[in-house]
Amino acid sequence: MVEHGHVGFPDQGLDAQARDAEGLSVSLHQAGPIPLAADFACAPGELLGLVGPSGSGKTTLLRAIAGLTRVASGYIRCGGQSWFDAARGHSLSVQARRIGFVFQDYALFPHLSARDNVLLAVEGESGEERRTTAEAWLSRVRLEGLEERLPHQLSGGQRQRVAVARALARKPQVLLLDEPFSAVDQVTRRRLQRELALLRETLTIPMVLVTHDLEEASALADRLCVLHGGKTLQSGTPETLFRTPDTPQIARLLDRHNVFSGEVIEQQDERRLAWGPYRLEVGQGLEAFAPGQTLRWYLPPSDVVLHRRGRPSKGERENPVEGQVQEMVVLGGVTQITLAFDHGAETLRFEITTHAARRNDLARGETVQVSLLAAAIHLMPGASS
Amino acid sequence: MDWSALFVSLRLAFGTCLILLPVGLWLGRRLARMQRRRALVEALVALPLVMPPTVLGFYLMLAFAGDGPVGGFWASLTGTSLNFSFTGILLASLVVNLPFAVQPIQRAFEAVPETLREAAWCSGLSTRQTFWRIELPLVRSGVVSALALTFAHTLGEFGVILMVGGAIDGETRTLAIAIYDRVQAFDEAGAGRMSALLLGISFLTIGVVYGLSRRGGRRHG
Repeated sequence: MVEHGHVGFPDQGLDAQARDAEGLSVSLHQAGPIPLAADFACAPGELLGLVGPSGSGKTTLLRAIAGLTRVASGYIRCGGQSWFDAARGHSLSVQARRIGFVFQDYALFPHLSARDNVLLAVEGESGEERRTTAEAWLSRVRLEGLEERLPHQLSGGQRQRVAVARALARKPQVLLLDEPFSAVDQVTRRRLQRELALLRETLTIPMVLVTHDLEEASALADRLCVLHGGKTLQSGTPETLFRTPDTPQIARLLDRHNVFSGEVIEQQDERRLAWGPYRLEVGQGLEAFAPGQTLRWYLPPSDVVLHRRGRPSKGERENPVEGQVQEMVVLGGVTQITLAFDHGAETLRFEITTHAARRNDLARGETVQVSLLAAAIHLMPGASS
Repeated sequence: MDWSALFVSLRLAFGTCLILLPVGLWLGRRLARMQRRRALVEALVALPLVMPPTVLGFYLMLAFAGDGPVGGFWASLTGTSLNFSFTGILLASLVVNLPFAVQPIQRAFEAVPETLREAAWCSGLSTRQTFWRIELPLVRSGVVSALALTFAHTLGEFGVILMVGGAIDGETRTLAIAIYDRVQAFDEAGAGRMSALLLGISFLTIGVVYGLSRRGGRRHG
């Protein structure tokens, strides 16, 4: 347990090697002006989501990959080629890097038609050939018939599609997407996200998506990389990150609520996690700690099971705890419930369907019992202090 | 109508525009992206706007004189004098019109977002291609404004030209100076005709500027 606070490649081995050889691997470090301590990789055909709050350095990293920003030390390799190597003083120009960059505001050339915007990025011998390629890209992003339009004659969603077509028309070795859905309304965003999910199935290059929208990132990306203050904290599949964040900080950055403090105790030759008056069973990991050690732990909200009133069943013997409903927030079909406990200020948050909340007559101030599923309890030893 | 004065004026106006176009593009683009010492360079460029024309003309006359720094160099090069010559008033006109040529172009370059240049590089365009294919078309209306203002202002310039060039027929007597001469000679009809001509040209150029800048605004708005 030494790698906490800095996890570059959680699934090292063959995968990481493959990423190094063909995909994109990035290691960028500097003290200022924008501090960076970033290490991540992205395999061909993989979509990596860089997530973090504003100012966490996401866009700076993307710009550094593109060659638009110089970084003091580190390297960038892509497709088996060195793009940047500070130690050797080597840096390819933006033009030589073969990147497809979708800018946040799309950066379409306002004086050129949709076709000419794409055409500019197409390489080729004859004009006719290049034109055909440009039009093929426009029809791939479903813009047939709009080739002649100037950017200001297109809707926000159509502009974004032109930007994507222009980025891909360059036959890039990596696709960089900087908040590509932030400038459109919710309905258009959903549609564009769906289109990107379909389009990426056909792409065999590494793709890096920068976004502050966690829902978007986890829906689109194969893996996420959490950034804070220019530092890559943890990367893994969305599922892995959401269920097992390495530290309370990462849990907070991922908008995970249920982080608690507990103490390891020994009870009848068995390790338990003491949390207030409760002696919780933990699925795994507890053996590694000595009795008396305090640590932080996390429980995904999906692994909190509400007991039905007056109908106890067998499965409810697993880590039963009792709390008062402090808050009930109805969000359409689901209701988010916050429980407070007598033994401290920590609160537990989980969601149930709204009709289940009604059936159980849940209301503020009521006392309810829930089970904390042992297998899902995730220990965060690095942050015991 | 003093046709030779009109010819001198037009020759001066076209010459000034032709030379100031590349200067304005280069300096305007540099200033738009300049970080340090920008205010200093901007102030130097704008100086001819606020200086009284006779004061500016006086200093230029001193510099252009045979023992002056510019005039001496010119004389050693060509053996001719700058003062009271067409070349002299052309040089003076370049100095006087620098702000009219640079400022509209600088504003136009400032309005081109940096991400457009970056997007062009990312699309594989070199810096030179980016200039010709992206930046220049986008600053077109600024360039037209600069040229029109320079042209109209050169036609009307009086004080500086008179100080440096005097009023030599066919060489340095411009239309504006000829009008003054006519009035001095009580030829109000002649002065009136030439004034009407200048008024017409000025109105036409300003019309062209507004017309083109509106078209540009619609295209890129």
